[in-house]
Amino acid sequence: MGLLSDPNRRQALISLLTRLNAPICMVCYMAGVAWFMGLAFEPFTLRTYMSENAMGSTMVEERFPAGERALATGREFAAHKKKADGMPVDWLVKTMQARGLEVFTQSFTRKLPFPDENKERYLVKGTNVYGILRAPRAPRTEALVLSAPCSPGDNNNQAVGLLLGLAQYFRNQIFWAKDIIFLVNEHDLIGMQAWLEGYHHTNTTGMDWSPLQGRGGSIQAALSLELSSDVITSLDLVLEGLNGQLPNLDLANLFYAFCQKIGVLCTIQGKLQRNDWDSVSGYSHAVQTMMLMVMKQASGRPWGDHGLFLRYHIEAATIKGINSFRQFKTDTTTIGRLLEGMYRKLNNLLERLHQSYFFYLMPSLSHFVSIGYYMPAFGLLAVILLLRALDLWVQLVTPPQRTEDGVADIEQQSSPEVLPVLTPLVISHLTGVALYILPIRFQDMAVEHFPVSETEAVVLTAIAIYTAGLALPHNTHRLLAGEGTEQGWKVLKLVAVLYLAVLLGCTALINFSLGFILALTLVPVAAFVTPHVPKVLSAFILVILSPACTLLFSVFFFQELQEMPVSFQEGWLLYLSVISQGILDHSLYGSLVYPLIALLVYPCWLLFWNILFWK
Amino acid sequence: MAGRRCSSSVLLLILWSLSVFIVVSSQETTPTGGHHEVAADNPQTTTETEQQTAEQPAVEEREWKATEVEKATLGDAETDKQATSAPGSVTPSSVPRPKDDFQEELVIRPLHSGDIYASFQFRTLWETDFMKGNKVSHYRLFPKSLGQVISKFSVRELHISFTQGYWRTMQWGQPFLPSPPGAELWVWFQDTVTDVDGMWKELTNVLSGIFCASLNFIDSTNTVQPSASFKPLGIGNVTDHRFLRYATLPREIVCTENLTPWKKLLPCGSKAGLAILLKSEKLFHSSFHSQAVHIRPVCQDQDCKTTSWELRQTLNVIFDLHTSGQGKREWSLFKMFSRTLTEACPLASSSKVYIDITDDPQGDQFELTPATPLLSQAVVMGDRRTFSVYDLTQQITFGTMRSLNLLIRWKSSEGHMLRPLLHAERYVAGYGLQTGEIHTLMYNNHPYRSFPVLLLDSVPWYLRLYIHTLTVTSKGKENTPSYIHYQPSKDRVRPHLLEMLVQLPPNSVTEVTVQFERALLKWTEYTPDPNHGFYVGSSVISSLVPSIVAMDTNSSQERPLFSNFFPCKEESSYFVRIYTEPLLVNLPTPDFSMPYNVICLTCTVVAVGYGSLYNLLTRSFQIEEPSPGLAKRIANIIRKMRGVPPL
Repeated sequence: MGLLSDPNRRQALISLLTRLNAPICMVCYMAGVAWFMGLAFEPFTLRTYMSENAMGSTMVEERFPAGERALATGREFAAHKKKADGMPVDWLVKTMQARGLEVFTQSFTRKLPFPDENKERYLVKGTNVYGILRAPRAPRTEALVLSAPCSPGDNNNQAVGLLLGLAQYFRNQIFWAKDIIFLVNEHDLIGMQAWLEGYHHTNTTGMDWSPLQGRGGSIQAALSLELSSDVITSLDLVLEGLNGQLPNLDLANLFYAFCQKIGVLCTIQGKLQRNDWDSVSGYSHAVQTMMLMVMKQASGRPWGDHGLFLRYHIEAATIKGINSFRQFKTDTTTIGRLLEGMYRKLNNLLERLHQSYFFYLMPSLSHFVSIGYYMPAFGLLAVILLLRALDLWVQLVTPPQRTEDGVADIEQQSSPEVLPVLTPLVISHLTGVALYILPIRFQDMAVEHFPVSETEAVVLTAIAIYTAGLALPHNTHRLLAGEGTEQGWKVLKLVAVLYLAVLLGCTALINFSLGFILALTLVPVAAFVTPHVPKVLSAFILVILSPACTLLFSVFFFQELQEMPVSFQEGWLLYLSVISQGILDHSLYGSLVYPLIALLVYPCWLLFWNILFWK
Repeated sequence: MAGRRCSSSVLLLILWSLSVFIVVSSQETTPTGGHHEVAADNPQTTTETEQQTAEQPAVEEREWKATEVEKATLGDAETDKQATSAPGSVTPSSVPRPKDDFQEELVIRPLHSGDIYASFQFRTLWETDFMKGNKVSHYRLFPKSLGQVISKFSVRELHISFTQGYWRTMQWGQPFLPSPPGAELWVWFQDTVTDVDGMWKELTNVLSGIFCASLNFIDSTNTVQPSASFKPLGIGNVTDHRFLRYATLPREIVCTENLTPWKKLLPCGSKAGLAILLKSEKLFHSSFHSQAVHIRPVCQDQDCKTTSWELRQTLNVIFDLHTSGQGKREWSLFKMFSRTLTEACPLASSSKVYIDITDDPQGDQFELTPATPLLSQAVVMGDRRTFSVYDLTQQITFGTMRSLNLLIRWKSSEGHMLRPLLHAERYVAGYGLQTGEIHTLMYNNHPYRSFPVLLLDSVPWYLRLYIHTLTVTSKGKENTPSYIHYQPSKDRVRPHLLEMLVQLPPNSVTEVTVQFERALLKWTEYTPDPNHGFYVGSSVISSLVPSIVAMDTNSSQERPLFSNFFPCKEESSYFVRIYTEPLLVNLPTPDFSMPYNVICLTCTVVAVGYGSLYNLLTRSFQIEEPSPGLAKRIANIIRKMRGVPPL
């Protein structure tokens, strides 16, 4: 700090920073990307380890014997599901009661803001059925949840069968210290949302549900089960939840430990673990796995029924059974034993899972990158914004070299006009508000006037407003203050750059992946845009790096990572459905990505657009 | 003087016990001076209590007596047996009356779910009176440890329960004696006590030692003085709640170390009588376990001229059908307790086993072996119940095998339990660690009658209740409580106390909600496992519930028509106390795993970063003039002295 308080040396440092600003920014950007790519390199990552003592050293035995019977129950469930054409509520209630559980039901209705074309639903009515296994001699203060969605068609019957089988087996054991809630939810996430809101008696999304009759106290952990075949080759663990929240890493560790113990193949993001980290293909495999996690987390949507638990500080994960063409198969008894082991260990918990990390990325199931390792990558990108801001600041305060009447100049500089800066800010934010509100508001009008469905209407309106934002009168300052000054755009850019820095910083703290992806595209824009660069080329680059195009590229990139590349046509359709899903996620579950983009990121990007066309 | 009388009675007592071998209890010839005083007091006392019963929950006492009277009158066959088995109760007045009396009984109720409920009650009566400061040094059946506690701390009534598990009212019906999960202690002190809080503190510590429990954690932060919910159950005219202390420890875990001292209070220990069934490996292999000790003063006889102390030890346990293996609907004493009965406690004046066969009037639900000819009827919890009775003081009960192994075998699993008229539940609503909302739901399942309930909530200070958000709604409408007693908490000193008298409309759910804020504790105030959460004790709901007997006015099942036109007043309502589940609430918790790092980092940032940055931002820096030479400075001083401007 002595360095800064000495005016001479401060001057030297500042002139160094301003002179070398562009190269330093370039280096920082490169370093940030390189750091991020390095995260997937195995020697740079940490092995996962169990932090929670209550789950680590305690031995449990897995004895679940009744896999075949569980499958039979699953088939019975399937038959009743077909007969009832939906959730066989009565049969489930009776079956759970016969297994000695306290059974309750909850009905719910939800009218979507516009029809969901992916799942073909608009007015959703359903019933959740759950049975509570009361732990002997426990005062109903703690509970664990095992859930299986009742999906349409032939999906997930085995999961419900296994759930009922486990319920029967668990009921006969004396060692439970926490109540166990067996939940079969209809309409996947909507049912889960209704149940969780009912359980915690909150209403964040305006859904109608009937109040719950039975509870088990505060839920400590939850697993959601998805199983659609009698035998499986591997189990996949899904962690990403609403708004990019992740469960405590110990839950993943627990799953991994039991897969190792019982000998089940386990994957994350559908990717097996490889041992050849030093080869190029091994490294790219790890990068793929990690990038998939980053993309899923950045999307901010729940990637399984567990995703909604995380809002309530309940550690949850989804376990998916995958049946591929591999030779080695695992039967239901083994999966039952795995779940039994996990629940027995969770039952041993004395405190909520809190010992291990909540912020992490996983390049494979046995390795993780903690927040301390990945944050520098983002920090290197964010520092570019600060450097640019410093540069602009210095340019603004240092008087121009050649001044004859310095007094007047200084006076003019000391009071930069607020109005030219404020108007673009207000206009771009109003555009953002329009983007947030209008698509759903005007869907009826759009359907009336154009030959489109409601969903298309919403998505196309959103895109139209987004595009219209580019054409807005950006040079309003000329009406107010005559000719735009050199100083005007600098002030505006200074504000925009700092705004972006704060915005990205906050986003990255909550959802690192989203923050990083946005930083990756928006930081270069923020760094190079001035009114003096070639207009057409810059405008093209600016559009390419805008949030909407970032989303488009992300869709293609995600498909590529999943090894399901799509043509441009399909990709475009996928892109449209992703936008509609994003809007739906926001209104159904309270996902924050859509409002973040519409209300904050897009207006911020518009400011840079504004600077480009500054006259 | 009193001490001398005591010693003389001790001598007498020894003589008696030597000479009279068969009559178990010892007797007293000369009443002590204290007794006379009480006799003078008593008429007033009894009238007082009767006034109370008309309005307040103290009816419980009367209800129990009524039950006993019923038993005596209804069970014709039983009275004969009683006459032979318990000579004390019918001996003519010329024979000196017994001084101590001990009774034991076990009630077994098969439940519809296939579970089984066993309730032990041991009652020790002690005809002494040290309420007025008499010193008693001789103890016979009454445990000395408790007797000393009563006299030292001037206790009028003491109720303590240890419970592991939560009573599932919807499946098991009402318990004979309700208790909340964890430990509960409530004590009425005598009105002569001046420093009640001091006494209470000492008493909890002593009881903690006696019962091997963490009762010493009871302090002012979890003690309340309910104004209406806990009335004395024994005789007495003290209703000033300054002498009442109530505390619960919802986190207390009950295990064998609490059972052993409890068993030691019994006259026969666990050596004989029903107590041999109390084996911990079976009692704690159950769904619910609760043990309690109740001490209260009761009348000695009908006239209530003198009082005696009643010690009632109860133990309730529910065995689970599923976890006890096989899933066969069959229970026996051996399967439940891994013991069979072979004898009554020799010191007991009565020792009986009751099996509740109300649900099985024709014997088609379950079969009971060995069969017994003795039947008894009683009104329990507003419901007329029928019991098969096994008298353990009769040799014939044990048969040729010289052991009694009751066997209950279900024939069908049909049938539904009558829904309990009153039940309640409670939960915490909301998410996040800043605020929350406590919801208490009270269900009135009576089809056409409303009744009032008294709700008692004691909430620790670290949940800061927003009392202005208190709402009571039933059937969608606001329900104004007719009585509210609220005592706000003081941080680190005392908890919130909220008592309300609410009228529950028929067939309705009444919801009481109140919002709270979670306090941030000081870092030393967190428990060693802060992420487990913090407990909030059960709320207590006391009520006079309309009786089920009075409910079926239309169905005249096997009763003469003349008996049931007017609903009979005697049984029209009964006292019920139910407890909701305790709550587990998470408070904002710092990350204790690396406090060192956090402290260091924060201090560094503040000290280095902030200080210098502030410095840089607030000061303006200018290049300093090079300092003038020595000669110039001297010249300047001289010029200053001369009054000329410096160079």
